[in-house]
Amino acid sequence: MILARITLRSLLNRRLTVALTILAIALSTALFLGVEKVRTGARTSFANTISGTDLIVGARSGSVSLLLYSVFRIGNATNNITWQSYQDIARHPSVAWAVPISLGDSHRGFRVLGTTPDYFEHYRYRGGRLLAFEQGAAFDDLFDTVVGADVAATLGYRLDDPMVVAHGLASFSKHDDKPFRVAGVLAKTGTPADRTVFVSLEGIEAIHIDWKDGRRTSGRGLSADMVRKMELTPKAVTAALVGVTSKIKSFQLQRDINTYETEPLLAILPGVALQELWEIVGVAESALIGVSVMVVITALLGMTVMIFSSLNERRREMAILRAVGARPVTVFGLLVTEAVFMTVAGVTIGVTVLYAGLLMARPVVDAHFGLYLPIDMLNQHEFALLGAVTAAGAFVSILPAFRAYRLSLADGMAMQT
Amino acid sequence: MTAVSLRGVSFGWKGSPPFQIEVPDWQIEEGETVLLLGGSGSGKSTLLNLVCGLHQPDRGEIHVDGKDIAALRASHRDRFRADRFGVIFQTFNLLPYATPLDNILLALRFSRQRRTRITGNPAAAALRLTASLGLPEQLMRFAPAAHLSVGQQQRVAVARALIGTPALVVADEPTSALDAESQAGFLDLLFEQVRASGCTLLMVSHDQRLADRFDRCQKLTDISNTSRALGA
Repeated sequence: MILARITLRSLLNRRLTVALTILAIALSTALFLGVEKVRTGARTSFANTISGTDLIVGARSGSVSLLLYSVFRIGNATNNITWQSYQDIARHPSVAWAVPISLGDSHRGFRVLGTTPDYFEHYRYRGGRLLAFEQGAAFDDLFDTVVGADVAATLGYRLDDPMVVAHGLASFSKHDDKPFRVAGVLAKTGTPADRTVFVSLEGIEAIHIDWKDGRRTSGRGLSADMVRKMELTPKAVTAALVGVTSKIKSFQLQRDINTYETEPLLAILPGVALQELWEIVGVAESALIGVSVMVVITALLGMTVMIFSSLNERRREMAILRAVGARPVTVFGLLVTEAVFMTVAGVTIGVTVLYAGLLMARPVVDAHFGLYLPIDMLNQHEFALLGAVTAAGAFVSILPAFRAYRLSLADGMAMQT
Repeated sequence: MTAVSLRGVSFGWKGSPPFQIEVPDWQIEEGETVLLLGGSGSGKSTLLNLVCGLHQPDRGEIHVDGKDIAALRASHRDRFRADRFGVIFQTFNLLPYATPLDNILLALRFSRQRRTRITGNPAAAALRLTASLGLPEQLMRFAPAAHLSVGQQQRVAVARALIGTPALVVADEPTSALDAESQAGFLDLLFEQVRASGCTLLMVSHDQRLADRFDRCQKLTDISNTSRALGA
């Protein structure tokens, strides 16, 4: 008790260097844990984005790129699949449901996804949740849209507001002749759905009907009413989400689709493709973790240097402790205790800083990357990591503590210089 | 009974320059007050380190309270020192950041014997001691020791040396940092407390004028042979 009080007093006496040391440990811990949290957070967020979909079907390309553009709206499809192929797949006996999606248009920076109302029945996220409507309902008219929570919040859309859809991403041309109407606003999901504008497949066709290769083909174009009377069945879609009648049929169905003869197609299992994605991202993750571990080690070495440099002026203190009967081991222990105290203080402050930072960064990361970082309590793994940091702090302090041990043995109590 | 006895003791310091001290035969009786006179570099501090068990002699026996401390294990020697010795240095006796009270109580931390010898609250006992040494309680409880004057710090050191009534008080030039007037006052208080607790006092100093107060005064050169390799 008295030794703890004295150690605390001693640290307070050197408050400037101690505070800087603790700050360095705090920042490095926040960085280290932050990398870990963002990494696992990103993984959870990705894994939570798709659930209940057994297969994703698209034109033949890479499985990761198909996953990225179809589910996460990252990147673009290189090719489409024909409506005929889609219908063949949908009719396959192992298919319980199939939802086509059509991408490529944008609305004021948000992606437009053409699909059928079935999308809202079958697309599931975070352990099987369906998209919920904050206002309105799924589209049932040709010019109806459903907007994600972020779209509504950013662009200030409410039910029944009119909107205009542009062709292609960040395009100059606007399809301003076909006004759409907001028929539904989705509740926040923390998935790319928040940043998506949903329209019917026919709606997508309608806005392209008098356009070809990105240019208007016929004079002033057709009125909305004329368009309604036209044949609007799509000729192609970007991809399809597929549910199977029974899980064990997934692989057979995947094989059937991959060997489909009329068109080169690719079917992927979302979980497997995600795993592939993690393998690619894993290298960068390891590098980040490596760097942040180095930063922690640097901070701990800084602490060691600080304790080392304090030893000379504290030889007097050690002589006093020895004179009152302290064993050299006690002197050793006091220095290790000091280091552990600083490390624990640093780690605690670091965790606090991290959570404050996460709370502030969450909306920004969500807006820019569509990643909704979960802010959970520290889990067992993270506690273990923090424990490891503390243990490392104790470990590196062994060097100066051992030197103090040697000094106090040699000096005895006769340290006058 | 003999409080301290050194027989055939030889200790070599392998630093630079190397230093050698030999004490063939020297005793202090229980309750005796002894002044050892010696100039700087005469081996005073080394002798005190030997008596307190901080240095281990190369040869010989050092008996304290009848126990050969040279034969004890290092950790036992440390506990033995905590139990039997109160130490006062020339200066910088206290941990500067801790309160004087904590500095005094620190002496009890390493000795169960001295703790049990105190009846009642140790802090109260410490404050009784400092009060009798003319130190105000407020100063003992709250100020860091570094805020005290040198004279006050030396008196706190006396309180630390005497709390829990150890058998021996060892003082290494405790007055040399004080002016002449404070010296006399300090020694009066020290002797008063030493007499009150009935412990043995061993002081080393270069100041012959202190001799009158002690039962016995000896020159360090009379009891020991020292050799120092000069030059090299």
